[in-house]
Amino acid sequence: MSHTAKSRLGWIIVTAVVLIYSLFPVAAIFATSFKTPGDLGNQTFWPTSWTWENYEMIFVGDAQGLFLSALRNSIGITLIATFIAVVLATLCAYAIARLNFPGKRLILGGALAVSIFPVISVVTPLFNLWRTIGLYDTWLGLIIPYLSLTLPISIWTLSAFFRQIPWDLEQAAQVDGATQWQAFRKAIVPLAAPGVFTTAILAFFIAWNDFVYGISLTSTEAARPVPAALAFFTGASQFEEPTGAISAAAIVVTIPVVVLVLLFQRRIVSGLTQGAVKG
Amino acid sequence: MASITLKNIVKKYDDGFPAVNDISIDIEDGEFVILVGPSGCGKSTLLRMIVGLEDITSGELLIDGERVNEKAPRERNLAMVFQNYALYPHLTVFENIAFPMRLAKGKFSEDEVRQKVNRAAEMLELTEHLERKPANLSGGQRQRVAMGRAIVREANAFLFDEPLSNLDAKLRGQMRSEIAQLQRSLNTTSVYVTHDQTEAMTLGDRVAVLKKGELQQIASPRELYEQPANLFVAGFIGAPSMNFLPGTVQRSSTGSTVLSTPLGEIELPEETARAGEGRDIVLAGIRPEFFEDAATLDSARKARGSILRAQLSHTEWLGNEQYAYVPYENDPRVAEALQNLAHEMDADDLRTQLVVSVDATSRVRGGDTAELWVDTRRIHLFDPATGENLTRDAEAGAELTRMAAEDRKRDAERMAGQHN
Repeated sequence: MSHTAKSRLGWIIVTAVVLIYSLFPVAAIFATSFKTPGDLGNQTFWPTSWTWENYEMIFVGDAQGLFLSALRNSIGITLIATFIAVVLATLCAYAIARLNFPGKRLILGGALAVSIFPVISVVTPLFNLWRTIGLYDTWLGLIIPYLSLTLPISIWTLSAFFRQIPWDLEQAAQVDGATQWQAFRKAIVPLAAPGVFTTAILAFFIAWNDFVYGISLTSTEAARPVPAALAFFTGASQFEEPTGAISAAAIVVTIPVVVLVLLFQRRIVSGLTQGAVKG
Repeated sequence: MASITLKNIVKKYDDGFPAVNDISIDIEDGEFVILVGPSGCGKSTLLRMIVGLEDITSGELLIDGERVNEKAPRERNLAMVFQNYALYPHLTVFENIAFPMRLAKGKFSEDEVRQKVNRAAEMLELTEHLERKPANLSGGQRQRVAMGRAIVREANAFLFDEPLSNLDAKLRGQMRSEIAQLQRSLNTTSVYVTHDQTEAMTLGDRVAVLKKGELQQIASPRELYEQPANLFVAGFIGAPSMNFLPGTVQRSSTGSTVLSTPLGEIELPEETARAGEGRDIVLAGIRPEFFEDAATLDSARKARGSILRAQLSHTEWLGNEQYAYVPYENDPRVAEALQNLAHEMDADDLRTQLVVSVDATSRVRGGDTAELWVDTRRIHLFDPATGENLTRDAEAGAELTRMAAEDRKRDAERMAGQHN
């Protein structure tokens, strides 16, 4: 067997193992979401009879109130937090990559420190603080902690990305007659866009997947996001776990993530900067 | 079109290190001036100060007599070609070239833009590539796009920052002549930074040689070659480099003046000898091409020089020319000066060997003891301590530069005549 064929086979095996490892839980949840309540305990992987029952329950059934408002909260809070994080991080990373100012390392170090700070240790003080100043169980009360999760990683990825941009382009644009702002907008932003999108997706996922803040800093449908709301699903009786409904909701909240990746995949084109400078 | 005047320009960084130190240059309208020097000599910094990307610490920069020190790059109306081309990767070739016009909103109609871009593209043979992205172009094509962007501007001057250093040798030669012709046909004032002395010699009306932020000499290529101001300029200009042979000027018993060197005595013309007389030691600057294999010369020419007998270590035959190498024992009194010089020129330590250019038909081989003829009239003597050229004929040099200026004006008139 030739060397290439051998390594090709190796790659196929590795890829298959990774795919199975990462997709198996998703498939299991997907299968569970189509099971009837009676099917849940019978230890088969696929449902014996496929049903939309669980989806009906969360969209039009008992869990509707709980799920739909949570979905609305999740989408709203996550989008706002992502937007703010990306805008702030873009400006911050631009300054870090581009300018020499005192405290530059402090900002990067601070961002890193914030991102490694355990969430669980912040939650209790935040809970008390939010109660006092009236941010408890509001959108803003979740957006602010989400920023503390998304901003550091956004600053780090964006400043790494910005460092690779050939700044000669900005100077070339200035010589060509652009103001500093025009040079940034016309020469740098188009190059930075893929990096910004990548960062936005990362930030979105982090906020979207949060559970600890979501469950601790909310108490009603006013601000409770989906991951937290799943814990409040109840079965038909108190002895019945609402596993089917939870699975259906989990599948539903996974859809935006998948859609986002598929959408932005085209924009995250590596090598957009190719050809700007000497190849 | 504009003249550019640099008056005592200084650039100091925060640590107080002067990257550019007190440089004054008058660049005439339509002139092609080269800034050349080893890396770190401040040539790029100087260019970036002219275009406005670096602040000027002190001194004055005038464009067409108007002070522009405080003006932003976009207000100076200069076009610059960057070393790495700096093309906008998300725009097509057409839009790259049109970019400066798009920025000047309302100044150009869509038709005008298209017309100008097409004309520039035609001039640069880019017409077929207008719809492509820079990533799909070859190095030479990218370079041309960068030049197209400069041309459509109708800028006051073109500034080039080592534009050819990313190209391979063959393409470099081709682009070099294209740039020369383009500059002549547009007759736009140009400042061109390079570390390549071939580019400097072939492109420039005048060449400014810089070392450690200081201007060594600004003159036409011929003057730099024939009448260098000092050891550094003499060594930097010319390839292979000038030989620096240590020696002492002495008067022989017959009354003729000779330079006694580690390789024997070289007769010197009276005038040259007088400049070096009375000094403990001097460096004789002899370009490889001042030598010749005595066997290939007729007697008339032989009589106008001096003969040196030396053993060759090896020879290199290149078809059109031939180099022979003569090792010699260096004088310890000049060793340090020569080592410093090599260091300043970014070269490896100078080997103490003479590089001698002989006729390609010469049959001398390594190991032979050959009779080498030296054209003694062209030898320059340098002071090893200060580097000063003791035999420089300033008048003859100025004449060479004046002739170059005349040539340029004649070219410009011829071009203008063709356009009408």
